[in-house]
Amino acid sequence: MSRWQRWYGGSPGHLLALLACFALTGYAAAQVVQAGPWFAIALWFIGAALAHDFLLYPLYALADAALRGRARSGPPPAVSWRNHLRLPAAGAGLLLLLWFPLVLGLPETTYTAATGRSTDPYLEHWLLVTGALFTGSALSYAYRLRRARGHRR
Amino acid sequence: MPDQGTPRPYVLMTSTAGRVHEPVQNGTLKPMRQPSGPEIFRSPLRGRWLTAVLGLVLLAGLTAVALTGFASHAAYEPRLPGNATNPGGGLLESWLFGWPTSPVWLYRVTQGMHVILGLALVPVVLAKLWSVLPRLFSWPPVRSLAHGMERLSVFLLVGSTIFQFATGVLNVQMYYVFPFSFYPAHYYGAWVFLAALVLHVALKAGTVRAALRDRGRDQSPAADSLAARRSRPASMSRRGLLGALAGTSATVVGLSVGQTLDGPLRGTALLAPRGYTSGTDPNDFAINKTAAAAGIDPAGTGPPWRLQLTGARSVALSRAELLELPQHTYRLPISCVEGWSTEQSWTGVRLIDLARLAGVEDPELVSVGSLQPTGPFGSASLSARQVADERSLLALRVNGADLSLDHGFPARIIVPAAPGVHCTKWVAMMRFQERSR
Repeated sequence: MSRWQRWYGGSPGHLLALLACFALTGYAAAQVVQAGPWFAIALWFIGAALAHDFLLYPLYALADAALRGRARSGPPPAVSWRNHLRLPAAGAGLLLLLWFPLVLGLPETTYTAATGRSTDPYLEHWLLVTGALFTGSALSYAYRLRRARGHRR
Repeated sequence: MPDQGTPRPYVLMTSTAGRVHEPVQNGTLKPMRQPSGPEIFRSPLRGRWLTAVLGLVLLAGLTAVALTGFASHAAYEPRLPGNATNPGGGLLESWLFGWPTSPVWLYRVTQGMHVILGLALVPVVLAKLWSVLPRLFSWPPVRSLAHGMERLSVFLLVGSTIFQFATGVLNVQMYYVFPFSFYPAHYYGAWVFLAALVLHVALKAGTVRAALRDRGRDQSPAADSLAARRSRPASMSRRGLLGALAGTSATVVGLSVGQTLDGPLRGTALLAPRGYTSGTDPNDFAINKTAAAAGIDPAGTGPPWRLQLTGARSVALSRAELLELPQHTYRLPISCVEGWSTEQSWTGVRLIDLARLAGVEDPELVSVGSLQPTGPFGSASLSARQVADERSLLALRVNGADLSLDHGFPARIIVPAAPGVHCTKWVAMMRFQERSR
């Protein structure tokens, strides 16, 4: 191993590529300082980097672990219902993650000022879509269950 | 070195046995490494094949989202007076090009794609972050200067990606909870994202190629440091997960793409800020800002209203006088930076005819001022190309009826392929500038 390898742990090209990335980032950061409240922007940036791993992941992992615990009790079913619950829940959760401001009516004032309308319908829409996702999943579960029982008879 | 004193096991690093994670020059002796992830991550779906496939989807998708985003910045023509949304800029504005007026649907498509494709990629981004989560806890946290710097670049990549998604998704819903201006934050965030993405692709290209070549079959720690050491039984396959992601993305698109369409399909956008259908009234289509919110006094739009034209000479025109000038009708889309759009039939006077009335034969640009007393887009400049296009109008009527107050009565700008905010409403004055020779 060369002395360079021991000192740095990568190739010179690796170092150059990283430095180029940091230089561009630093230049963009310098423009942000001119553009406005850079401290708030930096805080949001750090929060964004941590949001999935330390907030979102624990939430959905715990929910899934609870579901798994429930699935383990009792004899194994002919057709596992787990994914039939997980997938529509994930879909509804993702749609809520994307549209929670409109669904919860949070930007009501700015939304009405811009569009001349209310955010009221969005809660209904989200509930409607969530209902459709779970209904579709339940129907496909019922179909699979029927087929599995038919085979066994 | 983290530990001293205790004898350490040494292995020949060309062997695939044991927990070895680094490419090694032939026959070098190196200390054995700890497993890269803690054993609480037990999903059998994790592995470099899954991460590679998700990475390739994001490489294609996020590149398209970034390029259409930069296109939108160019469409704002920020070098013209009054149009700049970002203070500073420097070299990061040097790439700008003049935004075309043809095809008329250009901005409708690029910006609709920027927003809808961005929304569709959210589940893929989350899945990608989930797939590499064990890496966050790799031990030791920093193995070398190179490793530490690489981790810092991953922090920039993840931070900028989620920052861009969060500010974008909140902005299209008009939920302005971030204590800073959207435009500069989203624009400079895009540059950080671009820098970190290019670097990440360069560093990971070899891993992706290797993962695709063996299709994730070799899950030994040496080959696949993302695969779980002690996995629990699978509840779905990797392909099943990819299918579920595709279905989720399709659902997000299906519930939002309607806001870029006209006709009955518009009503399908149940979860998008501007998906509602229009009624039968000629003025019944999406409004970006109501007259009340813009602070427009209806009295100022009545008979005393005059359009002030300046150029080589000054002219004041009433609405009746404008209606006596040659009228032209074009079907043109209004396309918002928030991603929604709608095509309507506009009737009015050509901008180039107004330039000639002001004594300007070959306009370099026009600055358009609104009755709107405050607000960031109360005035905007249009480029020489935009003024010269014969479809660029000062519209007085839409779909055969007078403009409604919310759509800019007495007169508004409509320019093909221009962002909606440059189609100034409640126009009060236009200053034409002759091209300098």
